[in-house]
Amino acid sequence: MSDITNQLRQRAKDLLAQGTVDCVIGYAKGSVPMQEKPYFATTPEEADNLVWSGFCVNNLANFLIGRSGKNAIVAQGCVSRNIIGLIKENQVQREDVYILGVHSPGMIDASKVQSHFPGRTITDVFEDGKEIVVRGMDFEERLPRKKFKRQNCFTCTHRNAVLYDEFIGQEGPQTGGGNIDNVAEPWEKLPPDQRWAEFEAAFKDCIRCYACRNVCPLCYCNICFVDENNPQWVGKSQVDADIYTFHILRAFHCTGRCTDCGACESACPVGINMRVLTKKLEKDIRDKYDYQPGLDLESVPPLSTYRADDPEIS
Amino acid sequence: MPDKILTKDGLDTFIQKLLTDYDLYAPVLKGADHTWSKIQDSQDVAWEFANTAKSPKKFFLPQSERLLHFTNNPDDPNGMIMHEEPGPDRPKTLLNIRPCDAKAFDVLDLVFCQDEQAPDVYWKSKRDAALLIGLACKSPCPTCFCFSVNCGPHHQEGLDILLVDLDSELLVRPLTSKGEAVSADLKKAPQEAVDKADEQKTQAEQAMTSRVDMERLQERTVLEEYDQAIWDRVHESCINCGTCTFYCPTCHCFDIQDETQDEFGHRVRNWDTCMSWLFTHHTSGHNPRGSKKDRVRQRFMHKFKYMPIKLGGAIGCVGCGRCTQKCPVNIDVCEVVNSMNE
Repeated sequence: MSDITNQLRQRAKDLLAQGTVDCVIGYAKGSVPMQEKPYFATTPEEADNLVWSGFCVNNLANFLIGRSGKNAIVAQGCVSRNIIGLIKENQVQREDVYILGVHSPGMIDASKVQSHFPGRTITDVFEDGKEIVVRGMDFEERLPRKKFKRQNCFTCTHRNAVLYDEFIGQEGPQTGGGNIDNVAEPWEKLPPDQRWAEFEAAFKDCIRCYACRNVCPLCYCNICFVDENNPQWVGKSQVDADIYTFHILRAFHCTGRCTDCGACESACPVGINMRVLTKKLEKDIRDKYDYQPGLDLESVPPLSTYRADDPEIS
Repeated sequence: MPDKILTKDGLDTFIQKLLTDYDLYAPVLKGADHTWSKIQDSQDVAWEFANTAKSPKKFFLPQSERLLHFTNNPDDPNGMIMHEEPGPDRPKTLLNIRPCDAKAFDVLDLVFCQDEQAPDVYWKSKRDAALLIGLACKSPCPTCFCFSVNCGPHHQEGLDILLVDLDSELLVRPLTSKGEAVSADLKKAPQEAVDKADEQKTQAEQAMTSRVDMERLQERTVLEEYDQAIWDRVHESCINCGTCTFYCPTCHCFDIQDETQDEFGHRVRNWDTCMSWLFTHHTSGHNPRGSKKDRVRQRFMHKFKYMPIKLGGAIGCVGCGRCTQKCPVNIDVCEVVNSMNE
């Protein structure tokens, strides 16, 4: 068990026993490989189930939305940035949330690991320092952790919690080693028809389960435009135009708000890399507005503001 | 019907013969997963696999299926009249379907064909025309629990033929007259092959590590189960996406939509998901399953309580474990059912 897990359990116990919070939102050990499960500890005993590992692939900020009482939440960089976003967008009150900041080890991409063992059943994966050990029905292999990190964790710029009430463990390196601009740029070099072909290839397998939307802390509309049926904006069938409409509009709705947490890609059951859209849009926001979402509580998100002297208003 | 034997060398002939009467589909390795794919060449068929990522329910209940079409013009004398869709040209064979997925079709027959006078024709016509050749499971996954939900690694319900892979040869067990017809040319299996297959069955059953218990759950009344305190916790992490329902081989709820574009209109049946608030939203604005807790409880109660009551004991789950494997927040069906049973 990691030191962070031990410290986290101890602090969660204290906070629950002292009545500082009603619940600690974290992760418990998952029942399938490479996936811890979101967990809601409400008693000091339940705090013993909490874990922190490289398999915490959801975005826990999502669970603060509409939740009553005072909640503590385990937050690495991206999650803390989404909490800031939710506070700014009046979805969460700062005083109702107690942030247990952590440093992200960089989460493991389960689909990358599965792709390394095509068609074979993985039964257990555990972390061992800079390696992960993958066990299957009839094999065991050690893989370098770094190579199997999620791409968003590789290009991360804020691995430590940005906002917190207390930090669990030590702060660590902020970046994941990659450059997000380089990853976003290929789109810019493509001619329009090739861009469209790339887009179609990226989203062709979508089954419209909406896991990407529902797992995302930015998607909290009471009624999403794809569910609106009076009038019905988007068709319900497996038709390309409707599938593409969903993904394009979803990405635009996230612009200037997305922290690149990668929860959407981890949730997708068919392995769509929907970040191909959001990472380009976030690059535009950085380039054109010099803004990165969720770094402070004060600055105004560029697409939430209006200026009468905007140069593009004539 | 006596068991037959098919050597792997004779497989190509067997498959070529099937291709004369059927469109043939089987699991094929594509990328990281096995996927149901159209087969032209027997070399493409996978023999070593756990199961396909997606269930084969789409063959009889496509995610989007056009039921009828019409000319979307009220001024046209032939406009706004619904016309039938032409049926498929050729029946399908699903080769190497896992026993759990075939059992799921049997469960769905109980739903779609519960009234003999008025079966769901879209389901029944495709189902009746198909030939199902199953492949028994050698080594169940950690998420498999078919053996505790009226199924098993060598289960035969829903199949026309069960194949048991004995390495260099296949034991062919015809189970219906249709299955007997396509295996008529094959030699009778020697007793040792039958014994070997039986041995494999016992081994596979014993290798299954996951299970669910339903005794207390079955004894309780619907309301006792419905009011259990566990529902306050089970739903906590659920994000109400449709993944579990879309991957489930027995989830079958649908929505019917009329869609038009210019002068073309059609009536489409689409998979729906009880995880969505929209699923039960009434025109009045009232929603009988307005909360996440209501929706999560519904899915498990439907499969493990309502369906057995309504369908003579049939469970709405075959233990394939896909929902557990695919759930973005790791809601584990075995954990839920076992807690329902506490």
